Amino acid sequence: MNFWLLLVIKVVVILGVVLPAALVVIYIELKVPARMQSRIGPYFAGGKYGWAQPLADGLKFLQKEDLVPDAADSSVYKLAPYVVLMGTVGTFVIIPFGPDLVARDLDLGIFYLLAISSLSTLGVLMAGWSSGNKYSLIGGLRAAAQLIAYELPLVLAVVGVAIQAQTLSLNGIVDAQASWEWFGSSPEWLNIVPPYLILQIVGFVIFATASLAELSRIPFDMPIAESELTMGYLTEYSGLRFTMFFLGEYAGMVSLAAVASTLFLGGYWLPWVGDDVLNVLGPGVLLTKVLLLSFIFIWLRWTFPRLREDQLQTMAWKWLIPASLANILATGLLKVVF
Amino acid sequence: MTQLDPRVAMHLSDAAVSVELETPDMTLNIGPQHPSTHGVLRLVARVDGERVEAVEPVIGYMHRGYEKLAEVRTYAQTIALVNRIDWVSGFANEIPFVIAVEKLMDVEAPERAQYIRMILTEMARISSHLIFMSSYPLELGAATPLMHAFRERERILELIEGVTGGRFHPNFNRVGGVKPAAGGGSATKKLIQDLPAGFLQQARDAMDKVLTVCDDLDDLVTGNEVFQARTIGVGVVPRDKALEYGLSGPNLRASGVGFDLRKAEHILPYDGIDFEIPTGENGDCFDRYIVRLAEIRQAARIIQQAVDRIPSGPLQAKVPRVLKVPPGQAYVRAENPKGEMGYYIVSEGGRVPYRVKIRSASFSNLSILPWILENQLIPDLVAIMGSLDFVLGDVDR
Repeated sequence: MNFWLLLVIKVVVILGVVLPAALVVIYIELKVPARMQSRIGPYFAGGKYGWAQPLADGLKFLQKEDLVPDAADSSVYKLAPYVVLMGTVGTFVIIPFGPDLVARDLDLGIFYLLAISSLSTLGVLMAGWSSGNKYSLIGGLRAAAQLIAYELPLVLAVVGVAIQAQTLSLNGIVDAQASWEWFGSSPEWLNIVPPYLILQIVGFVIFATASLAELSRIPFDMPIAESELTMGYLTEYSGLRFTMFFLGEYAGMVSLAAVASTLFLGGYWLPWVGDDVLNVLGPGVLLTKVLLLSFIFIWLRWTFPRLREDQLQTMAWKWLIPASLANILATGLLKVVF
Repeated sequence: MTQLDPRVAMHLSDAAVSVELETPDMTLNIGPQHPSTHGVLRLVARVDGERVEAVEPVIGYMHRGYEKLAEVRTYAQTIALVNRIDWVSGFANEIPFVIAVEKLMDVEAPERAQYIRMILTEMARISSHLIFMSSYPLELGAATPLMHAFRERERILELIEGVTGGRFHPNFNRVGGVKPAAGGGSATKKLIQDLPAGFLQQARDAMDKVLTVCDDLDDLVTGNEVFQARTIGVGVVPRDKALEYGLSGPNLRASGVGFDLRKAEHILPYDGIDFEIPTGENGDCFDRYIVRLAEIRQAARIIQQAVDRIPSGPLQAKVPRVLKVPPGQAYVRAENPKGEMGYYIVSEGGRVPYRVKIRSASFSNLSILPWILENQLIPDLVAIMGSLDFVLGDVDR
């Protein structure tokens, strides 16, 4: 098929999956805390259960005036939200939704993933710097410090998975999880494969923690920190550009949850079914896991207060990085021994 | 220094930076419109990165001139003003003022009125502390406790409204007693109107619910590791500093001084009630939180005992229809939820006071800010400010 035509189709399909998934996560973000706080949450939009509330919010934001402060560096200021969104949407290029349902199965998949997901922090930094606002500046600096502290454990946690699976391709990692066997001799019907969640539990916990920090969500939302920095790097944004940030945050959550599901929870894979069926069911399986992880992220958010910046650094450098190094060592040793 | 490219040099002079790396301090204006300044407090902070080097609080944005206004109003009219000083505990503000006037006129409220005053003061205390329980975790980033605390606060406010007719601003005290309950209508005007039917039982039930939500808050906030990491050892006010700066109320008790005007001065019938004064040990943010949580429990205990032994009788002492206060002066202070609240009233005789000086708790509590915020981090600035629990209306008056 024509290269460009295929490209357009892939982009449209990816956006068609990511953005609605982000809207669903936003809806969960509205409804779950409502239940936790003994209130109802959105109720009227869309007729029943307020299902259209995220859409309505988006429409509302579109109508708001798009302000650019006088003191802002206007071109950087205008570009920043798209950089953030680009970084998060870019990760979906390599996420496999089924054995054949992947936009591009890169051999260096994990490498690409970690590289492109740090792009969004660049966008945050741009927003913080260009807003011409002191609160935004502090928020942007916090985001940069957070990136340096948390990109490392994130990468190191994934290294354990890569050693275990002996590949950097995400499809390969899913296959490796699917073909792992209990003691090698168990009967076929018992072959319910433990995902890497069990073998790499340390890695998973580190990855999830670092993802929360990467997403700037409570307990790591210092770059936004509403009660300290008003809204951090978002302070000056309004209208469509704010919507982009907002969408970027939740698309980022979907993308990191999708990565975590692929690396640790077996991705699209289901036991007892062949590849043909997986190509149909795979996206559903993956999205279920994504929503489950997003729910856990949301649950944490509405339970914990915010850590302090220095406490976050302490946690990253003193706990997560040594723990992930130990995890790599243990994984490597076990891989050699068995 | 090597020769710079002229274009680079132009940019450098534009940006007013020198080639050596300098990190100048930044002046950060926090407020008057800021999510965690509890109204319109403005802090001019000199920050070096995240570290706050010095803070200068700027107050007065909320000044309404109550002391001056009181000079041109009759005593009964001023009651409507004073409950707007610390608006989250309106009823408790009226008590010292009314009792000061009673002292000048040498009248005493009947015992039933005093018990009603005590019950409603403690309810105001619970509602004020519940606001702290909701806003403080929110300032640290936890939004969920807010809803749980507000739900119970709403119950308390409904009870206050049932008795006084107002949720926030009861305007219920009268010189020589309390106002007979609203809603009697002309047909029953001759009867003595009293607490609404079923109030005592509702108060008992509400106190059970309040104690339950205290346990919920223990689960949700007190034991939360992140909350503890943010508050333990942060913003320590030692005992001597607390006394030096004139802190009062829970902030003083958190520093280990067990001073409570409910026990120290007998302006309301707390003598017969069995309750404790919770104190902290370290004077940090966590202690200030834990002392307030314990005070909610104690206030609930007080109300439970008070509704059991409230005597019957009249609500009003005999006072003349037109209040004329004899010349003299009086200072009466009481334990407001925020701390010590006092009114110094000077009368030259007649229907209006010559001078009213209001001693409000939040003003003194806030005065410690420059000392305590020095060399703190910006996140701790918010944590400390929130833990002092001041209301700007109480600061500026």
